[in-house]
Amino acid sequence: MKPFRLKQPSVLPGFGLTLGYTVLYLSLIVLVPLSALFFRTATLGWEEFWRIVSDPRVVASYRLTFGASLAGALINAVFGFIVAWTLVRTSFPGKKIVDALVDLPFALPTAVSGIALTALYAPNGWLGQYLEPLGIKAAFSPLGVTIALTFIGLPFVVRTLQPALEDLDSSVEEAAASLGAGRVQTFLRIILPAILPALLTGFALAFARALGEYGSVVFISGNMPMQTEITALLIITKLEQFDYPGATAIAVVMLVASFAILFFINLVQWWSSHRYRAGV
Amino acid sequence: MSIEVRNISKTFGAFTALNDVSLNVPNGQLVALLGPSGSGKTTLLRIIAGLEPPDAGSGRILFHDEDVVDRGVGDRQVGFVFQHYALFRHMTVFENIAFGLRVRPRKTRPEKSAIRDRVQELLRLVQLEGLGGRFPSQLSGGQRQRVALARALAVEPKVLLLDEPFGALDAKVRSELRRWLRRLHDEIHVTSVFVTHDQEEALEVADQVVVMNQGRIEQVGPPAEVYDNPANPFVYGFLGNVNLFHGRIDGGQARVGNVDFPLPALQAAGSRELVGYVRPHDIEVSREQTGPDAIAAVIGHIHGAGGLPRLELERLDNHLQVEAELTRDRLRELALQVGDRVYIRPKSMRVFVEGQPLDYQI
Repeated sequence: MKPFRLKQPSVLPGFGLTLGYTVLYLSLIVLVPLSALFFRTATLGWEEFWRIVSDPRVVASYRLTFGASLAGALINAVFGFIVAWTLVRTSFPGKKIVDALVDLPFALPTAVSGIALTALYAPNGWLGQYLEPLGIKAAFSPLGVTIALTFIGLPFVVRTLQPALEDLDSSVEEAAASLGAGRVQTFLRIILPAILPALLTGFALAFARALGEYGSVVFISGNMPMQTEITALLIITKLEQFDYPGATAIAVVMLVASFAILFFINLVQWWSSHRYRAGV
Repeated sequence: MSIEVRNISKTFGAFTALNDVSLNVPNGQLVALLGPSGSGKTTLLRIIAGLEPPDAGSGRILFHDEDVVDRGVGDRQVGFVFQHYALFRHMTVFENIAFGLRVRPRKTRPEKSAIRDRVQELLRLVQLEGLGGRFPSQLSGGQRQRVALARALAVEPKVLLLDEPFGALDAKVRSELRRWLRRLHDEIHVTSVFVTHDQEEALEVADQVVVMNQGRIEQVGPPAEVYDNPANPFVYGFLGNVNLFHGRIDGGQARVGNVDFPLPALQAAGSRELVGYVRPHDIEVSREQTGPDAIAAVIGHIHGAGGLPRLELERLDNHLQVEAELTRDRLRELALQVGDRVYIRPKSMRVFVEGQPLDYQI
């Protein structure tokens, strides 16, 4: 067996410096604030912690937050793919403008998007008035939360997929066609596997962003306890009541769950992109 | 299966890639489309494959006398090999080769075991046995191209089309692979067309060479035929190194370089310019003036490596460069040095008047 070595021999200089910088930077920016969270939570006893985080109202908020985030990320994975495909593969007048529009959810203050979406989907809003007679309650329902989380997640999927789609070699598709594969087979067997790592990354980013979203959701959700309260809102509520340990306890649960999910997606992504480069 | 191309044109915007091209590829032959880049050879290949449509209403593509213009690439039963392999990099070599069989509709799809046998057979054919489990990224360029070839052959194509198949490989692998392709073709006899810009490759491998230039076919013929009897100055210049000797014709008497010869056919044509084309190996180099048609020159450079050493010479009369090839024995015998004064004489020359060849042997 090879002896373990931290540093692999390499011609690239500055291994110590760059690794040291990375660790320091991540510590200051990410780890130290997050560990403060854990210390704060630790002032609670175990039972007290469990009582807060397993409160039915809080549990309902987990369900909504994770469910709506997942739904939003999945919707974005499908429709974001179509948008990215259109932007890469087709040319039409005004393409640059459409391309720029994709970034708007990034740039807009989240409260602004929240107000805009609420105005649109409220029962008397532009769209809401047509949905209401159909029995669809868009604003002030879990559906509204999903809409808001879909809105803010779109750029992540589109922007991560675009370079991957641009890298696709058109001759590979032609090869598949010349071997008798139809468009659907070519898509499922050739294109999708090639862009899957990028798609997973975009999905993970959109999902992570949605988990932490607050501003755009609180307006459209209506914030009804047990029904349309997201976890971030509960944390803010506790903070406003100066219940800092309670707020951090819920935050810790969110943090651990998010980390576990993102880590899992990263593993899948790593596996799917490295599987066929083994030994290189 | 024979391929017939009838009056095909293709334009990309203002650029004419193919201008009313017609071509016949007999069944079982290996044909090279040879030309400089931009000559339309790849476009023609892609149109034959169905990867590119010809201009609307411009002509017909017939496979075995059957019109296939309206058929998509998947329905033409062609195997296509791409210059940069276009392998599916997320699939193993085995899966790559099996792809064409696995995507068939359930009715015509072979059994799993039949697919396995077929792939093994193809791996043997392209001499990659035991590498079925590798991914394309773990293979060398030559191996990848052979996988691409096996993948194209897996669907038992009636026609095999190869787009610069060895273009991305280094010189040694290239020459090995093209000899191997020739042997493979002799074994399987599938009608094949390959595109190349390398005249050596075309002349060595193909049964027929199609020389293309600027969207037109300049000449079609067996390698020896196009090399020895080029139809026009372009083909002559493209199929090897060439020296140009400028001259004039006046009243049926031509003078090219220091060579005088009668051309009675052009007696009435008056006075006009002529160009004589001489291959480097058709230039005789000697120390003494052997006759009135020898031209004095100075040796500028000697490339001694290789089987046929090359001399770069400068003519003393008009200071134009001339390239000559002579055998190693002859070079040793003459004991030539850079700066020496020698006499050169074209042993054989091809004269073109207004693009039409006129043979002239000395």
